[in-house]
Amino acid sequence: MIIKYFLLLFRIFRKEIAAVPGRLIALTFFTFILFLPAITTHHHILRVLTLAALFTIYAASWDFLSGFAGQLSLGHAGFFGLSAYIAAAANLYLGFSPWATIFLAAIGGVLIGLIFALPALRLRGFYLGLVTLGFPIVLLGLIYVFPDYTGGEMGLYGLDGLTCSLVLDYYVVVLIMISSLFVMWKLTDVNSTIVRTGVVLQAIREDEITARSSGINTTMYKLLAFTTSGFFAGISGGLYAHYMKITGPSTLDIFLSFLPILWTIFGGMSTIYGSVVGVYVLYTFVELIAIYEWATEYKYICLALILITVLLFMPDGIGVWVRDKIEVTCPRCKLGNLANRQTCRSCKAPLRV
Amino acid sequence: MLRMILITGFLNGGVFAILAIGFSLVFGAAKILNLSHTAIYMATAFILFTAVNWFHHHVLGVVILAIPISGLLAMFLYMLLIDRVKQHQTVVMIISLAVAILFQDVGLLIFGGNYRSISNYIPGYMEVMGIRVLYQYFVSIAAVFLVVIATCLMLYRTTLGKAIRAVSDDMEAATLVGINVGSVCLMAMGLSGVLAGIAAVVAAPLTPVYPLMWMHILLTVLAAVVLGGLGSIKGSIIGSFILGFSESCVVFLVPNGAFLKGAVAILVMMVILILKPEGLFGVVFEEERL
Repeated sequence: MIIKYFLLLFRIFRKEIAAVPGRLIALTFFTFILFLPAITTHHHILRVLTLAALFTIYAASWDFLSGFAGQLSLGHAGFFGLSAYIAAAANLYLGFSPWATIFLAAIGGVLIGLIFALPALRLRGFYLGLVTLGFPIVLLGLIYVFPDYTGGEMGLYGLDGLTCSLVLDYYVVVLIMISSLFVMWKLTDVNSTIVRTGVVLQAIREDEITARSSGINTTMYKLLAFTTSGFFAGISGGLYAHYMKITGPSTLDIFLSFLPILWTIFGGMSTIYGSVVGVYVLYTFVELIAIYEWATEYKYICLALILITVLLFMPDGIGVWVRDKIEVTCPRCKLGNLANRQTCRSCKAPLRV
Repeated sequence: MLRMILITGFLNGGVFAILAIGFSLVFGAAKILNLSHTAIYMATAFILFTAVNWFHHHVLGVVILAIPISGLLAMFLYMLLIDRVKQHQTVVMIISLAVAILFQDVGLLIFGGNYRSISNYIPGYMEVMGIRVLYQYFVSIAAVFLVVIATCLMLYRTTLGKAIRAVSDDMEAATLVGINVGSVCLMAMGLSGVLAGIAAVVAAPLTPVYPLMWMHILLTVLAAVVLGGLGSIKGSIIGSFILGFSESCVVFLVPNGAFLKGAVAILVMMVILILKPEGLFGVVFEEERL
């Protein structure tokens, strides 16, 4: 009985994962990050990788909203920072446990998403981006004006930690990241037979008028995109507040709105894996060189230089570039194949004409 | 109080207007959102700071030299980086943002994060209706108005200006009548760099100079440009003055107003955009309408 399931699992692995190099890399990567604490428990490395996992949710939520649904958001820190503040306030003033506050933060993210979506019903493209850019700045102004409740420049500190140890924190964040990524990946999957959000959102991105005239309720789907994105950004904001044990005005910084865009475009836009690649390559690299005392000043110079050089030669992002090199999509059945195959692994159609 | 509001409002509005015209030109002609625009402004202010400290007897020469340097810097950025990835709009945005971060951090490395100031080009002050006004304010405000008028004349009277406007109206039609779109985009970028340089020259003696200054002013300029309608020169000028005056009103009239300085500009922009999505003077094309 057990052997039968084991064989089934092995067959799935051989046919579906080992046949496509991208999936093999993804599996290796997730196995690696799950077993990382067995290799090293250096506190700086663990901290950087926990934050990387947390920012991956954040970057992927930006990708969901702007890459897939085409609603350019330049103010994503509004989701992140406000939900971090919600989690912190619920924890400090109401005494909720971290799990409840993270849930509250996610609900808060959904509500902020609804507010963000209001201009999106009338605006599009860069105009929408610039209005959303305004939200975190207005929130930041409010935080400075009411320092009694928000802590002003100091922020709210002394929150409960997620768990009691660094390794457990790491596992909590990584597991939440993997499940969030899975949900977002499924929701944006164009070939999915279960939900049709993926194909609808991409239709809205490509041509909203056509989408609406073919009977799609674009308003509802846009609201859905904003609330889903807000939900996941809210989770990452709540996790951040409890992981750092402090929430300050820096969570609403404009720079934090631009960071998910930097990471996602570096990895590849409109692909959930692009944001994973972006965060784990760019963020981890930049933060790990900051272990050395002398390198901290050069952190953002490195970031900018890497970004410029990579994007000049791979404007689609590094993840998409690598995937194009090692994989080829079957023109008939749209399945991924190893790049050196002549015919499709499933339908035997010739891959190159 | 009212006079202070008027003076700072005119100066801020004018500086925003010069920056916004440059931004708007590049957005109109090359269709790129150049986030490094105010970083060029910041870089010019620092070049000016260094040069004024070295050659403090030849301030006028330094000032005149700083302006073409910033134009060349912008053209260099365009040729080296932006031209190659022009088709990918978001990539251009991110690359220009990376350039801005690079400038900021190099500035932080060289000069540190302190607030610096440049001494007034013309020392002394004058009493106008009971308050002391530095001569520098008069010089700067006069320069701002001259530059705005000169730029408008250039755009509406000269061949280059007409070419830039033609490219921003319809790139394909401009190609058909024999305009070299690539070089016009390059010239627009150079012109925007020159304008950023002029803004730096005008504003540097009256505002603190520090490597992080590009972020706040970038937001205000973006707000002003969007307020007037992206790509519309007249709109950007009027939007900048609206924001300049509303900022100075908030700073002088509201308690704790300095914290709200950035937020107010953005709030004005958000309200106007939600009421009138194409901006005050924006043109709505058929395909852009929802």
